[in-house]
Amino acid sequence: MALAIDSGVVFDSREFMDAVWGAVGKLYGEYGASKSGLTMIDYDAEQGFAVIRVSLVAIDMARAALASMTRIGNKPIAVHVVSVSGTIKALYDKTKR
Amino acid sequence: MRRLYADLHLCPNINDPKHVSALINKASELGYRLIAIPLPPNCTDQEIRQIQKLCAEARVDFASRIDLKPRTPNELLSNLRRIRRKFEIVSVLCDSKNVSRQAAKDRRVDLLNFPPTDFRNRFFDMAEAELASNSVATLEIDMKLLLTLEGPTRTRLLSVLRKEAGIAEGFHLPIVLSSGASNEILLRKPVEMAALASLFDLSKESALEAVSKNPVAIVKRNREKLSPQFVAPGIRVVRKGKDC
Repeated sequence: MALAIDSGVVFDSREFMDAVWGAVGKLYGEYGASKSGLTMIDYDAEQGFAVIRVSLVAIDMARAALASMTRIGNKPIAVHVVSVSGTIKALYDKTKR
Repeated sequence: MRRLYADLHLCPNINDPKHVSALINKASELGYRLIAIPLPPNCTDQEIRQIQKLCAEARVDFASRIDLKPRTPNELLSNLRRIRRKFEIVSVLCDSKNVSRQAAKDRRVDLLNFPPTDFRNRFFDMAEAELASNSVATLEIDMKLLLTLEGPTRTRLLSVLRKEAGIAEGFHLPIVLSSGASNEILLRKPVEMAALASLFDLSKESALEAVSKNPVAIVKRNREKLSPQFVAPGIRVVRKGKDC
């Protein structure tokens, strides 16, 4: 999943990933979050771009959790899914990076 | 065919053109092609034209909307009589049972909106859905609160929305998902809105229709009714002149 992070503030990858796990955990609980298989693949803090791996069965779950994110710490944020693909190569081709 | 996505409830501060413009541009960037902004009942044509201009620059279609908050059914009727032909979309915030019932059966009401956090005053039940399904009213769900609420209040909201969405689907009552966003951070892409709707068990197809087909149909129907060619449902003036 390629993500665009919409915020005026720069976050490090750890902060961002913790927030994603937090959002999934809040909505679906620890049991649901454990099924998501979330992994950070790539992160560009300056560009506000991230690539994460998500288990196929948890795509919709991840979409809802990412859409529900409104802040990291006290900083407002919106995360938009730019593209979803089965392979990382195709994902980069789609996002032209 | 590509879907045309609509957000019928953007809530910028209309006295601040910069804010209005930023919100419209963001909506356009996220893929919306039709937006509606609630206007005050006494707004001037110039104000509407100014917003239309901003929307045209952002390549978004604009529909004028009014949010009515009547306290009694009589007040609702009197408001509808005065403003129905001035606005393309009429939404009613139903915070009493009498007003809810009147709004559901009145064919001049387009959207039924319920108090977001006052769960005791949400009167969307089977009787309401049946009345609404016999008229043209649609259930509007603002997604803003799903994003801003946390903890038990959000859990309660999800539970209420799940029940209401189930009732609406049971009576084939269309649902419209709107953002209700007052700033850009609270705007989401249409597909993300549909994903959020899965939290209250709306199917993907129904959720996508709730951000595309259903809101677009309301605006199309009302524009037709407000056009000078409209005579009655199904009848319109095609040509005028001596040779007719």
